[in-house]
This record gives sequence, C-alpha cells and structure tokens, in this order.
Amino acid sequence: MKILVKGKARGTVLKSNDPINFLGTVDKKTGIISDKHHELYNKSIKDTILVFPSGVGSSVGAYTIYSVKSNESAPLAMVCQKADLTVATGCALANIPLVIINDDKFQSFQTGQQVSIDTESSDPITLLE
Amino acid sequence: MELTKEEESALKGEQGEILQMAYRILVATGEATDAEKLIPIEWAHLSGVNYNTIGDAGEEFLSKISKDARVKVRTTLNPMGFDIDNVSNYGLDDNFITKQLSIKNSYETMGVTPSFSCIPYEIFDIPKEGTQVSFAESNAAIHANSFDNLKTNKESAFSALASAITGKSPYSSLRKDDTPNVTIRMKVDNPNELTYGMLGFFAGKVGDNSVNISGIGEMDRRSCKALCGGMGTSGTCAKFNFGDGDPGCEKVDFDNKEMQNVHDELNTSEKGDLITLGSPQLGLEEISDLTHKLKGRSFKKRCMIFCPRTVKEQAQKIGYTNELERAGCEILSDCCTCLTPLINKDDVDAVTTNSIKGAFYLKNSNGVGVNLKPLLQIIEDETR
Repeated sequence: MKILVKGKARGTVLKSNDPINFLGTVDKKTGIISDKHHELYNKSIKDTILVFPSGVGSSVGAYTIYSVKSNESAPLAMVCQKADLTVATGCALANIPLVIINDDKFQSFQTGQQVSIDTESSDPITLLE
Repeated sequence: MELTKEEESALKGEQGEILQMAYRILVATGEATDAEKLIPIEWAHLSGVNYNTIGDAGEEFLSKISKDARVKVRTTLNPMGFDIDNVSNYGLDDNFITKQLSIKNSYETMGVTPSFSCIPYEIFDIPKEGTQVSFAESNAAIHANSFDNLKTNKESAFSALASAITGKSPYSSLRKDDTPNVTIRMKVDNPNELTYGMLGFFAGKVGDNSVNISGIGEMDRRSCKALCGGMGTSGTCAKFNFGDGDPGCEKVDFDNKEMQNVHDELNTSEKGDLITLGSPQLGLEEISDLTHKLKGRSFKKRCMIFCPRTVKEQAQKIGYTNELERAGCEILSDCCTCLTPLINKDDVDAVTTNSIKGAFYLKNSNGVGVNLKPLLQIIEDETR
C-alpha cells in the first residue's frame, strides 16, 4: 500500500473496474460520468470513496479533478490499483486523499461498502459494518 | 519518501497554502515514481500555457493561485495559442483571446519569464554539466538529457510548476543513473531531418525511460531537434544514449520497413494547402539556413514559420525576416505548429510539414490531413 496524498475520509464505496479518463468523461459541475461505454455511466462520483484501477488519458485531467473539487462534486477519497501521474497530481492539487492498493485488496472492494480512510493510521483503510 | 523537517513543515501547511499544494504534488509524484527524497533543481520549464490544451479549468486554476504563488528558481514557459502582435489577423473568438491573455498574465504575475518557446535549450544559457532541471516540454526534456548534459524527468505541467515554486523535484528515474535495456540500431541510409523525426517517434514507442541508439553519425541542429520532437510525441521515453549500450540489451532495428510504418501512420495526404515549419520552433541557425535556401525563390502557397520572439527579433536585426517575408513566409512568435488554434479544418484540408511532432498534433488535434516532406523537398516542390 502506498499513500500518495494524505488525509482522512469516511463514506460509501463506488467501484469501477474500468479506468477513468477525467478530462473527457467526468462532468466538472456534477461529477457525473458521461461516457456511455463506461461502467459508471450516469453515476456521480460526488462524495464517494471512488475505487478504480487507474486514470487514463491526458494529464490535463488533473485540472478536471481540481475543478470537480472546486464545484463541491469531488469524491471524498480515491483508491487505485496503479499509481498514475494524472490522478496523483489531480488529487494533490485538489487535496483529495489517494491510496494505492494491491490487486487482492482491489478485488475485495464492492460498491456500497462503508469504509473509513485515515492515511496516518497503521491500517489506513478499514471496512465499517 | 524521506522529507526534511522544512519540507514536512511545508507539507503540513505551516508555510502557506500554495507551498503546501506544491509539496503535495511533489510528494504524490515522488511516491508514484518511487523517489527516495527531493533534490534541488535550478531551472523549471513549464507546459500548460495554451488555452487550447488547458481549457477553462486550467485558466481558472492559474488565475487563482497566481494571487499568492511566486516561482523560486529561473522558470521559462512553453508557447501559447497565438502571436501577441498578430492576434486580430487569425479570426480567433473573443473568449479564446480573453482566456489566453488571462493565462499569460497569471504566469507573469508568478514571476515566470514569458519566453513562450518550446526550445529553451536553444535560446537560454545552458547550466553546467549534470545540473538538475525540471522540464515539462517533452522535446526539451529529451534534448536537455541527450544533448545538453542536464538531468530531468519528463515532467508534467503540474510537477514542473511545483518544482518552480519550491525549487525541488523528486529524485527518481532519469535523475538517478539510468541504464536503458533497449538498443535501437539505425539502418536507414542518407537520413534527413524527417528520417530523424520518424526514428525518434519509433524510439519513443519502443523505449520506457531511455534508449540506446547506434549507427548515428553527425547530426545538424535541425535533425537533433526532429529526433527529440518525434520521441516526445509517441511515448514516455525521455533520453537517448548514443552508442551500442550494454551487450545484454535487446536489439531493435530501425530500417526502411519500420520507417515506412511511421510514415504511413502520420502521412495522410498527397499534398497540402499550406506549409508549416517549426515544431519544435525554429532557432536562429535554422532561420539563417532557411533564408539562404530561399534566395531568389518564393513560396507558391502560404508558409507559416514558428519561432521564439527572441529569435524573431534577432532575425529582424540581421535582415532575415525581410528576406523570408519577401519569399512569402508568415513569421509567428509565441506559438507553435503543435496545438495551434490558427490552423482550422474548416479552412484547411491538409498541411505540408517536415515535422513529425507537428504532423502528430495536426492530425490528431486539429483534425487536418498531413503531407510529410523534408525541407529540401518542400523548397523544391513548393517554391519557384
């Protein structure tokens, strides 16, 4: 496990097995995914614990993450399988906690789970009952 | 990643919000690339200047942070979307002009040198061998590592901006020692600058962080820049090591077949409606050479030439710009073929160029056809 951006959050998991292209497919105002071919089509990433494999596409997508946060439609935290610089810098700009986890841990996540994230703790991600 | 007490304090926000954000970017980038620490850098070169690429989100971000953010080291800037002296001649809409001027203003407020150039290595003094810099423009990062004895990773607009504000960068990959695991063997005879551009484009697809390259003789500046521009366009690779490399390296040939594949990918048209030269922008040496080659000739169609403002001013003093304008060239500063809003598919079907980097963006961003030709061929076919 790697902590890319520190912080605390508590909320509901929204999981995607598809990577996310922030520049092209996330609405800056609402946080809704607009790509019809995406697993999260029409769902909003607002106030979720967003779990996805990694970001893809232009590095300018980092600005999109910042905009979504400025419009109060950003996830509370992001959890990825692979570190990519677009999501890393986007979360850094927007101050959204970002944790990178291994494949087994990624498989164990499901949409709807309640989790608590505290990057300073010895167990940074805990499932809540 | 190990941070000093000072860096920890900045990351906690004890030195203000801007430094906190800059350190968050450096730490996130450093953790993602397995850096062990941050090291000082002496020069940052920023991308993310053209409104065409960063859009409203970028413009708003820069406008907001420029109230407080100031750069700590020498910081230079990539091209923007237009030539500030020529804005009204190109039919740009008011929104584009307003937003582009706001971006320009934000960078200047932060203390950035408004160079609007993608060839910082040609228009500024190069620091001493081994100096760590932070270059976000890909062709410039590759040129700095391969030809100027500087050290940089292929930075993003954000990591380079964070480096400019803090004077630091994560110590990872090419900043440490690098040993490429691939050697590209150049097999094409009588290469010109277009061949080198295609070789670079091929190398960028094959390599990861860096590649060895063998079978290369003397290259003029035009060819060196073409090689770097081509590589920066196609992948993440940011350095050429000239020579055979370690005997255990995987060997990949670049021969006529591989060259043809690159050509087929980027050359989509038999002829162009206009010609562009300069992606990367032309330096004084290339302007001088072009002026001599065009002696007594003139273009049969529009020819746009892109160069940094400082180069244009020098060329004016020597008398090159008069000669080039006589030959039918339009000389533009502050912007570049690459990602220019000045070439629009409503007006232009295809563009003739000798630049692989230019070709890639004309095709994929401007959506126009591309006709690739080396400079000598362009002059032979398109002038009288």
